Amino acid sequence: MIPELGSAAAIVALALALWGAAAAAAGAGTGRPALVLSAQHAALGVFVLVTACFALLSYAFLAFDFSVRYVAMNTNLGTPFYYRITGVWGALEGSIILWTWLLALYTLVVILRHRESARELYPWVLAVMLSVMAFFLLVITVAAPPFARLTPAPADGRGLNPLLEDTGMITHPVALYLGFTGVTVPFAFALAALITGRVGDTWITLTRRWTIVAWYFLSLGLLIGGWWSYHVLGWGGYWAWDPVENAAFMPWLTATAFLHSVMVQERRRMLKLWNLALVILTFGLTLFGTFLTRSGVIASVHAFTQGTIGAFFLGFLALVLLTALGLLAWRWDALGAQGELDSVVSRESAFLLNNVLLVAAAFTVFFGTVFPLLAEAVRGVKVSVGAPFFNQVNVPLFLALIFLMGVGPLIAWRRASPDNLRRNFLWPVAAGVAAAAFFWALGVRSALAVLTLTLTVFVAATIAVDFSRATRARLRTGERLLPAMGGLLRRHNRRYGGFVVHLGVLLVTLGVTGSQAWSVQTETTLRRGEHAELAGYRVRFDGLSASEESNHFKVAGAFTVSNGRVLGVLRPAKKFYPQEQSPIAGVDYRLGLREDVYLVLGDFARDGSHATVKLQVNRLVSWIWIGGGVLTLGAGLAILPERKKPA
Amino acid sequence: MRWLIPLSAVPVLALLAYGFRVNPREAPSPLVGRPAAVFALQTFEGAPLALEAQRGKVVVLNFWASWCYPACYEEAPVLERNWRAYRDRGVVVIGVDIQDTPEAARKFVRDFSLSFPNARDTTGRVSVDYGVYGVPETFFIDRRGRIRAKHVGGVTDETFRTNVETLLAEPTG
Repeated sequence: MIPELGSAAAIVALALALWGAAAAAAGAGTGRPALVLSAQHAALGVFVLVTACFALLSYAFLAFDFSVRYVAMNTNLGTPFYYRITGVWGALEGSIILWTWLLALYTLVVILRHRESARELYPWVLAVMLSVMAFFLLVITVAAPPFARLTPAPADGRGLNPLLEDTGMITHPVALYLGFTGVTVPFAFALAALITGRVGDTWITLTRRWTIVAWYFLSLGLLIGGWWSYHVLGWGGYWAWDPVENAAFMPWLTATAFLHSVMVQERRRMLKLWNLALVILTFGLTLFGTFLTRSGVIASVHAFTQGTIGAFFLGFLALVLLTALGLLAWRWDALGAQGELDSVVSRESAFLLNNVLLVAAAFTVFFGTVFPLLAEAVRGVKVSVGAPFFNQVNVPLFLALIFLMGVGPLIAWRRASPDNLRRNFLWPVAAGVAAAAFFWALGVRSALAVLTLTLTVFVAATIAVDFSRATRARLRTGERLLPAMGGLLRRHNRRYGGFVVHLGVLLVTLGVTGSQAWSVQTETTLRRGEHAELAGYRVRFDGLSASEESNHFKVAGAFTVSNGRVLGVLRPAKKFYPQEQSPIAGVDYRLGLREDVYLVLGDFARDGSHATVKLQVNRLVSWIWIGGGVLTLGAGLAILPERKKPA
Repeated sequence: MRWLIPLSAVPVLALLAYGFRVNPREAPSPLVGRPAAVFALQTFEGAPLALEAQRGKVVVLNFWASWCYPACYEEAPVLERNWRAYRDRGVVVIGVDIQDTPEAARKFVRDFSLSFPNARDTTGRVSVDYGVYGVPETFFIDRRGRIRAKHVGGVTDETFRTNVETLLAEPTG
């Protein structure tokens, strides 16, 4: 009964979304508010129904209703309570429901916020959001029905993929999907602007916060994904250029470009066409990411499934791109720039270059991701593109971007005078040079590491110079230090929020550089009581223990870690799940600001007499996660409502 | 000129569409073209089941497990249906259950009323010989006992028929 209710709710929601989209468009076209109001009600109805779908599917999981195919696939009687809930979005069908629900939630907030404030654009925004919603509901009802039955019903389910039994399963998909679906809002505004011909700055101003929110959640999703990969997969890495990681990274790159180029439009009336194109591209890339994850077209660790769903996504992607780019071409004449680029040495050209680099990065990632497909189409050979390609192409681009991160915010608009350059960049450049000498003196010999660290210090110094100068200006008006600094952050929250985000990115860069350049590892087989040594750490093998968990069998090793004094006992494990062919590694680690000690259990003797262990000392990785925290603060600051300066 | 913008999306979309024609399930296997490894098991009913005894017939060798949802659940009726359709034309379907408990496996055979011979690979030797790395996997073996195709994932009517018809069309002897 429950599954039938769920299916019915999805079908009604689809009908409502289709009606709402049509009514909103008709209301906008004919200027009849009653139709728009009806669309609004339809959107509320969709939200309620999708919520119901979500609740019903969760109930089926909690009740172990194995007659539902999706439940049987993703849970079993041994699955702990907690992962029965996350199992709901553990695979294709449920994740589409989560996606749709978040989209419905965004639509709801758009209605609440913008039904009055954006009169001309609003009906079209609603029409676009509901159309996208209708597509996802179509997927739910036709291509990937979460409530499909399985007969005969098995006595027990297969269980969740063990790698998904992790807290990351709650936060990572939710954050990432909030990012993906969040991009729909600026996209809907951009299309509304194109349809109505109001391609000025209104849509940009209205969507600034939305874009930051979507961008922030994308960043968070990527970072949590990295953390997950780091502490679960047992290879000590956080990023592998897997096609699906790339799928989430590409819209992040173009969204980052968009966040910067809107400033140029706001300030200088330039890049109208470019901004519209970027937002269309970003939305297209989120769909492409979903297509990639779910079509099975490209081999990936994340590949969910195969079937008709890929064709659905590709069809929708084609519809979106052709419509949106078609509208862009149609409005071509209205999209000319009013402002002009006055000088190459100016803030707008720094932003422009930043955009070019970000889009180039997105393009190379795209190219590397689809290259296997291209190679097979053209030459009929199966190839795979690995990390070396992506690193080689992207590292120089990112270094240039970091450099621009220092230059952009402080260089003058229009045309930078030599005085402006000297005033703003003398100290940061000096700090960068000093840093280079310092790192060299410390014995850092990797040119790439020295360069990255130098740039990082340079950018941090530009931020420090700007902030201290602004603080001093306020001190001169008689304010005290802390109120002055607080007031600065509060009144110029957009600018300083951006700076704090930049600091977060610098910390992430520091973590990436450190872990790439200085991490060390060794693998060794130890008898009980023997120890291994690496980078000042001693790891002694104390023995093995085995335990029967609710849904798997676990063998854990005990290893005492010391560096002069005993730091603690780490217990890396191997988990044997009945439904898996090979055991799953359970990593154990000790995190630190300077370095993490990270243990992975390899082979072992059944009697516990000896075990193979992989010991890694990963340098500075924690700064990636700390950078994520700083980024959160900055994004929060940047979306606070702006306060008008006192007269 | 400006209409080139939307048109620029077309080649990318075409490339992605091409992706559907590529089938990652047609797993390249070093075993294709080689003689199929012989084995002798016991069916659930206790009858002997040896691959050699099937020489001269087209053999569809399917590896499955009762915990394998949904693929094994979806292909079980397909296998049964096609076995019934083709058995008189010299085709035999053999199911090998791996990494399973006997009760769950018997229930699976009963639930789907599988009438083709099914056996448990208790030692795991057969699945090792065939390089099985996940269930379901299906091998199509010709009349001369050579592996001619390997299919990863659930077998569909189309996969079954295409492969079997090809092997049936080959001259006997």
